[in-house]
Amino acid sequence: MPMATAASRPCAGGSRDILWRVLGWRIVSSIVWSVLFLPICTTVFIIFSRIDLFHPIQWLSDSFNDLYSSYTIFYLLLLSTVIVIINVFNVEFYTVVPCIPCSRLALIGKIVHPQQVMHSSVHASMGMLMAWCAAVITKGQYSFLIVPCTGAESLDSPAAQSCLNEYHLFFLLAGAFMGYSYSLLYFVNNMNYLPFPIIQQYKFLRFRRSLLLLVKHSCVESLFLIRNFCVLYYFLGHIPKAWITTAMDLRKDKQLHPLDSVSGLLNLSLLYHVWLCGVFLLTTWYISWILFKIYVTEAHLFPVQPPFAEESDECLPKVLNSNPPLIIKYLALQDLMLLSQYSPSRRKEVFSLSQPGGHPHNWTAISRECLNLLSDMTQKLVLYQETAATNGRVLISFCPGGPRTSNAPEEITFQTPKSSQITRPSVPSAVTSSIFSSKLSTPDVVSPLGTPFGSGVINRLAGVLDVSTCYRSPQSPQLVRRGPRLWTSASDQQMTEFCNPSPSTFERAEGKTMGQPSVISSWIQNRRDQMKNFLSKRVLIMYFFSKHPEASIQAVFADAQMHIWALEGLSHLVAASFTEDQFGVVQTTLPAILNTLLTLQEAVDRYFKLPHVSSKPSRTSGSLVDTSYKTLRFAFRASLKTAIYRITTTFGEHLNAVQASADHQKRLQQFLEFKE
Amino acid sequence: MCSLGLFPPPPPLGQVTLYEHNNELVTGSSYESPPPDFRGQWINLPVLHLAKDPLKTPGRLDHGTRTAFIHHREQVWKRCINIWREVGLIGVLNEVASSEEEVFEWVKKASGWALALSRWASSLHGSLFPHLSLRSEDMIAEFAQVTNWNNCCLRGFAWHPHTNKFAVALLDDSIRVYNANSTIVPSLKHRLQRNVAAVAWKPLSASVLAVACQSCILIWTLDPTSLSTRPSSGCAQVLSHPGHTPVTSLAWAPSGGRLLSASPVDAAILVWDVSTETCVPLPWFRGGGVTNLLWSPDGSKVLATTPSAVFRVWEAQMWTCERWPTLSGRCQTGCWSPDGNRLLFTVLGEPLIYSLSFPERCGEGKGCVGGAKSATIVADLSETTVQTPDGEQRLGGEAHSMVWDPSGERLAVLMKGNPRVQDGKPIIVLFRTQNSPVFELLPWGSPGHMPSSSRSIRPSAKGPCSVCAGPQAGSPTSLCTSSMPSFPALARCLAGSQSPQLGVEALFMTCPSSPKHPQPLPCGTLSQGHHLLDLRPRSNKSVHSVPSCWLL
Repeated sequence: MPMATAASRPCAGGSRDILWRVLGWRIVSSIVWSVLFLPICTTVFIIFSRIDLFHPIQWLSDSFNDLYSSYTIFYLLLLSTVIVIINVFNVEFYTVVPCIPCSRLALIGKIVHPQQVMHSSVHASMGMLMAWCAAVITKGQYSFLIVPCTGAESLDSPAAQSCLNEYHLFFLLAGAFMGYSYSLLYFVNNMNYLPFPIIQQYKFLRFRRSLLLLVKHSCVESLFLIRNFCVLYYFLGHIPKAWITTAMDLRKDKQLHPLDSVSGLLNLSLLYHVWLCGVFLLTTWYISWILFKIYVTEAHLFPVQPPFAEESDECLPKVLNSNPPLIIKYLALQDLMLLSQYSPSRRKEVFSLSQPGGHPHNWTAISRECLNLLSDMTQKLVLYQETAATNGRVLISFCPGGPRTSNAPEEITFQTPKSSQITRPSVPSAVTSSIFSSKLSTPDVVSPLGTPFGSGVINRLAGVLDVSTCYRSPQSPQLVRRGPRLWTSASDQQMTEFCNPSPSTFERAEGKTMGQPSVISSWIQNRRDQMKNFLSKRVLIMYFFSKHPEASIQAVFADAQMHIWALEGLSHLVAASFTEDQFGVVQTTLPAILNTLLTLQEAVDRYFKLPHVSSKPSRTSGSLVDTSYKTLRFAFRASLKTAIYRITTTFGEHLNAVQASADHQKRLQQFLEFKE
Repeated sequence: MCSLGLFPPPPPLGQVTLYEHNNELVTGSSYESPPPDFRGQWINLPVLHLAKDPLKTPGRLDHGTRTAFIHHREQVWKRCINIWREVGLIGVLNEVASSEEEVFEWVKKASGWALALSRWASSLHGSLFPHLSLRSEDMIAEFAQVTNWNNCCLRGFAWHPHTNKFAVALLDDSIRVYNANSTIVPSLKHRLQRNVAAVAWKPLSASVLAVACQSCILIWTLDPTSLSTRPSSGCAQVLSHPGHTPVTSLAWAPSGGRLLSASPVDAAILVWDVSTETCVPLPWFRGGGVTNLLWSPDGSKVLATTPSAVFRVWEAQMWTCERWPTLSGRCQTGCWSPDGNRLLFTVLGEPLIYSLSFPERCGEGKGCVGGAKSATIVADLSETTVQTPDGEQRLGGEAHSMVWDPSGERLAVLMKGNPRVQDGKPIIVLFRTQNSPVFELLPWGSPGHMPSSSRSIRPSAKGPCSVCAGPQAGSPTSLCTSSMPSFPALARCLAGSQSPQLGVEALFMTCPSSPKHPQPLPCGTLSQGHHLLDLRPRSNKSVHSVPSCWLL
């Protein structure tokens, strides 16, 4: 499975460059801050590990004595290294598009993926290292693995004097377990996903706000992890114990209770210290994680017009139109949204004309990119709907950066926007024919304004028409043949069908649109269906392969944040142009924008009529783990409607003068009358 | 500074101010013959017939299934687990402390002590902020911008910011949505919709209505084309946050994206992204809570008033705030000028209107509010005597709420009831205002009385509300048309209510829309609308209709 690192590991040197220039200092300062927080956490840890309520003064003075001792400094350096390594993993594994596994098998695949395994093993060893430091700092009976035996026979021979300190082993294993669990939860809960904040705030305020939640979360989670670890140790604890004992030729201390028994595990002091160690570990790691998130998702100001020509590849239109790492694209779109909303002076730059020449390059570049994004979304929704109509289930299972390899069509649309332009006219007609074919005979694709897309306008924008796309003529027989099948008719199939998360099934869906299936392929198809029916009756296979409908819907909208910003930025700019656009540069693109938005609205309307789409997934609020990506589709729908309303309320009756197809005129009128 | 003594006399008894025409307020007893300019602009707003008695029937039955089952006494630990899930720790302590012979004596004693300790702590907290010891109903009544929240049939009112549509929250916790173009009146009921303190329509949307309830915020999405009169509770989205109850104030961002909510109990304002149901708290621990939120029409600032003698103005981009301590009491109400550069506010206990300007424009993303160093007094509302055709009348007092018309040319102030003034009935005072280049607040026109006869409420034609403001008297040259009758409509709401029935009556000071303004001006924030709302039940027949209108 392609990893999230695709975002952070750019292919070209140029994109690496911009990534470093935009994010470099932020990453470095997030690491520095998380290292600076370490002494504070350590101090708190030391104070709590020496807790002695009956002698408070001695307790505090002991703690501070320990804090100033040289070995603590050494361990602090060691822990700093651990934190830096954890940070490096944060930087390498973050993603802005959450990876949503669509079936249990995909989830398992995600966990056993080599990169994740490496992540988990490094985290487990880091956890062990931290637990070792914590055990040593705690002092007392937990500090050393090898202790002199307390039993009587230890006097007999010098070789038998050293015994295994099982407490220390317990500490180390608990640390490793926690590190592993952290890594596991990191991927299962999509904690590598960077959610962008809904409001802009200073970094310090954001950090302060999340600090309390973070500590609470670490305390509770540490408790749960300790419980799980105790169970695990109770059943499997003898294995590492025996192994260490034999490998190091140590003896068991007969005086002490073995820890893999109920009475041994009921040692409250041990549990408290292990829990405290867990809190320490999770808190420091979460702090570096949260600092990284806060630093990276902070708004970055891209200049609209570079003051010097050499810096032009960092300006907003250029960044939007090039193919930078996804995080840069996200930041650029976020900046677009902010400038369109808050900054009149930068809006003026967007509406300005080039000198010399008098071309609105800035506006053209920005609007083109936004429109491309939105059209891609339309296409994606229609595609999903189409597959849902034919197969009952959509087979796309894409991951962040996944579009690059796992599903080819996304790749095409993403990287070569021009090629997607031509496919657009076919898209709405496909929808119309498949859903309303009984009423509407054939959609009018010949006249540019007849299509709901107003393809003429868009094609003019795109300039070149590229015919080498996966779509052929919109009148292809498949679409007509498939027409009468409403998506509901496939609902029975939905129940039994399982989905193969490999891209091959996707190709099958693609193949259908390609051309008339030959006899052989239909035979293969039949075989495959039989096979599927056979397999789907086996419960275990069903369990692993059955696709969660909610997850596949979430996957479609995984990168919707980009589109939401594009919508907001575009609509605010258009609304501002009503008073601020001196040269009328926006007017020329207004029909295209309206057409794109209305077509997208149609696609969204239809999409939300599919089963499961409008049901709300359960969300936990107030938790540290962000689950906002689960409801991005609702945010997308709401911001689309708001965007259209923003344009219609600003322009009012003037919109009647805008060229649009009859359908769109009608829709627009409804928006003007506030009946949507 | 302007005072009430400068106001012209109110219209004679039995007459109501109907509209403003040619820079004058026209009074009359009914709305039969509007000027010819108004024709073609009427909007048939629906008429409310709200009798108090049917609303009194408690709409708040417990809809739980518990009553349907025979009471079964479970074991104490089982009960504790249930209560832990429902109420939390305090509930468990209570249960343990009140259980008999089921738990060890020391457990019972310990939980009793813990309970006493928590009560003591909360009472300590309450002594710092006395409002925290109020019941939540009393708290809503205390801080609501509606007068007489407890007994009034109407508890909330909100005009849609773009269309001729309004929502009213009634005493029985239902909400009705009236539309000028349709006879269908959806009635919204929900299990959690109790003690509604505020309603607010989402801007840039046709049909999203936020309702501040006792325990949560409900977001209703009403399909405008739907024919249903009882939308199911599935249309409502529930937003709740622990500790954030009761919600007394809501404010939508004018750009439609975010919703703010505030509770007098919670020190933090919550910023909601409604569609994803995520919220970000904006904490500020001094002040003890937030009673009222007001987003400036240009979306740049937010006023947040607290129960103590301080209010804050947040800047809405980086969310930093400036705080203004007021000396004598809490900030009672406020309103923003349309460009967001001036804030008028009143302080509890003072018959004055202060003005605070925000002259500094900070750079983008700098996060400064840029308020002036001090607020100036712009109007004195203290009691004075005015001569009316019927004799002397006393007018004045403290302001209860204020609302500024979206065009920035009229300011309406709802005065608190005062036993010496108008038999203790609240009155409305209108000022003419000018915001740029220099701020001016001028009295002009004559105070108007509502008719005293108890008429039945009838539908009448309305023009698109406009406040006609000829800069020079008599010349209706510059006319501002706002497509939303938010501001005067409310005045008339107050006006037209006599008898046990309340009514939104024909209203409006209207004037023909000018060809100079082909497109509607930005409409007013609707949350402003209901601030002025004062719809009290007229159970006691009074000779004078209750609210008077001073129109300048």
